[in-house]
Amino acid sequence: MTLTDVVVQQVITGLSNGLIISLVALGYTMVYGIIELINFAHGDLVMLGCFLALTVVGLCGFQPAVPGGLPWIAIGALLIVVPAFSAGANYAIDRLAYRPLRSAPKLTALVSAIGVSFILGNLGLFWGGIPMDVFGGGKAAASPKDFPDLLGYHNLLGESEIQLTTKDVLVFAITVPLMLGLTWFVTRTRMGTAMRACAQDPTAAALMGIDVNRVVSVTFAIGGALAGVASVVWCLYNNSFSFQMGYRVGIDAFTAAVLGGIGNLPGAVLGGIAIGLVRAFSDQWIATSWTNVMVFTVLILVLVFRPNGILGARVREKV
Amino acid sequence: MIETVGTTPATGFVREPVIPPPKPDRRLWIAGAALLLALLIPLSDQLLPGKLAFAGQLPVIFAYAFCSLGLTVVTGFTGMLHLGVIAFMAIGVYAYAIATCGIYPFQIGFWPGLMLATLTGAGAGVILGLPTMRLRGDYLAIVTLGFGEIVQDCLKNIEVVTKGTTGINPLPPPMLPGLSTTGHGYLSSYYILLGLLVLAVVVVRNLKQSRVGRAWLAIREDELAARSMGIRVARQKLAAFAVGAGLCAAGGALFAAVQKSSIEPGYYDFQSSVLVVASVIIGGLGSIRGALLGALLVFGFNGIILSKVVELLPHSTTGTNVLLNPLNWKCMMYGVVLVLMMRYRPQGILPEHGVR
Repeated sequence: MTLTDVVVQQVITGLSNGLIISLVALGYTMVYGIIELINFAHGDLVMLGCFLALTVVGLCGFQPAVPGGLPWIAIGALLIVVPAFSAGANYAIDRLAYRPLRSAPKLTALVSAIGVSFILGNLGLFWGGIPMDVFGGGKAAASPKDFPDLLGYHNLLGESEIQLTTKDVLVFAITVPLMLGLTWFVTRTRMGTAMRACAQDPTAAALMGIDVNRVVSVTFAIGGALAGVASVVWCLYNNSFSFQMGYRVGIDAFTAAVLGGIGNLPGAVLGGIAIGLVRAFSDQWIATSWTNVMVFTVLILVLVFRPNGILGARVREKV
Repeated sequence: MIETVGTTPATGFVREPVIPPPKPDRRLWIAGAALLLALLIPLSDQLLPGKLAFAGQLPVIFAYAFCSLGLTVVTGFTGMLHLGVIAFMAIGVYAYAIATCGIYPFQIGFWPGLMLATLTGAGAGVILGLPTMRLRGDYLAIVTLGFGEIVQDCLKNIEVVTKGTTGINPLPPPMLPGLSTTGHGYLSSYYILLGLLVLAVVVVRNLKQSRVGRAWLAIREDELAARSMGIRVARQKLAAFAVGAGLCAAGGALFAAVQKSSIEPGYYDFQSSVLVVASVIIGGLGSIRGALLGALLVFGFNGIILSKVVELLPHSTTGTNVLLNPLNWKCMMYGVVLVLMMRYRPQGILPEHGVR
């Protein structure tokens, strides 16, 4: 492989992983934009989505694909069931754990979110302990779970050394339209306008007759649905997950959101892609064991020189 | 029905209603009684059957209490959310381990090792603090979290020095100069750590009432107002960071000394940082008594109650049913306690008294 090939290959890998991170980061950044809460449980929601995806695959008996064939029904079913579940779960979490704390100090809700994250992580451990065939029979609850390779390996570039697989294309085909749709929703619909108004000033929005609580609920539901899509894409792309992945995914996504300027939707996507690329190139040229260090070093450097993120607006503190 | 949403200012935390402090002599009585109880606890070993004796676990909890005190200074007094405290504990652990262990040429002994670890931790706090002091609340939270990860990964990756998962051991236990280290069981650790903890509490309490401490509280309440009153915000924040990090590192050195090992880098992970945060919040953010009680509850549950349950039910951890293993319920319990606590008593068990 020539140097150019390596670079192109890592860009493809980085973009695919980065887009998955972006989906999760969008959930973080939307919630933060409106209620200024770091929803620590968001990464664990992705993890639970993965468990649901595996359960659905197991119950419906979807099989790993023959090379070249595309299991549209299975993917379609997953893309309906899992986001619906995640949206509902995120909505319920907000109602039970965060909404009662809206008027409390910020730290209160943040600690509550950390608590929810612990609970969800523990639920994932229990879920993995269900003795089901898809979970690998008697495999220990805490061990990583294999997700059947529904897509199979298929290099679209034929015999080229660069690999652009159906999986990469699937990630693009699912995430990019979703992001465009979200942009349309936020900028063009009534609810989206209400969301932006609440993000700007919740009190003023409430005075204009916007039901702020409803807007927040919708935000959590949309963020949850995006996390659900991220779970499905994660499973199809990586074919493996564990109950501890929530932390890693959550940290990467939150870093992405901060990197892009938290509260800023295009920033979250950009930040996600940036994290994906940093990870890919660090894996290639430094060492996988130093990748997390690289990600956080980049984050700290960006924040030191642009404390509000890449696209974040410069905020002047007012009295 | 409209609830106000997100009206809290971006920096600092809005205070709970002011609770008037009880009369000073009553507080002194309570502190004295608690200290007396702490001095007598090792006697409980004589009364309890062997399996239930727990006092030997307490020195570790005292070490963690240093971390809770450190976080009280950073988050409780100064209002900066810090999600990577355990990194400073780890720095203390490894500084102590490298300075005292027989496999390295330094071997400077317990007391110099403790001091060196504390200073190293404070220095690391300044290094992290310098570039990050101008960050707003949540950005600071994520940077401290990232710093925790960086420290942990560095310890994992530089195996030549940290000995990876084997850990650096054996390390010298806490001891007074001139006394032999053997034959006391855990008692010498217990009383030395208790004494140092009392010293740390007195230092932190006096710091809080000093000029520096009042500047910290002012920054927590309103950074902009503090700045306009002539407080050098960046410098004071840095001081809080250094003091907090030094306390955590001292806790780390004591932890390593009690365990006689550096354990392994994976031990100092985000979950441990969150446990320290939880201890401070459950106890009462900004309250020194709260930090101590929180450390006792959180790390006592972890180190004493859970391990006793597992010891008394030896078959519980070996079964295949994931629900029957008490260790698998640990995070669930922490989570439920944190959520309920925030819902019904967000100011903590022993809230901070009104600031005069």
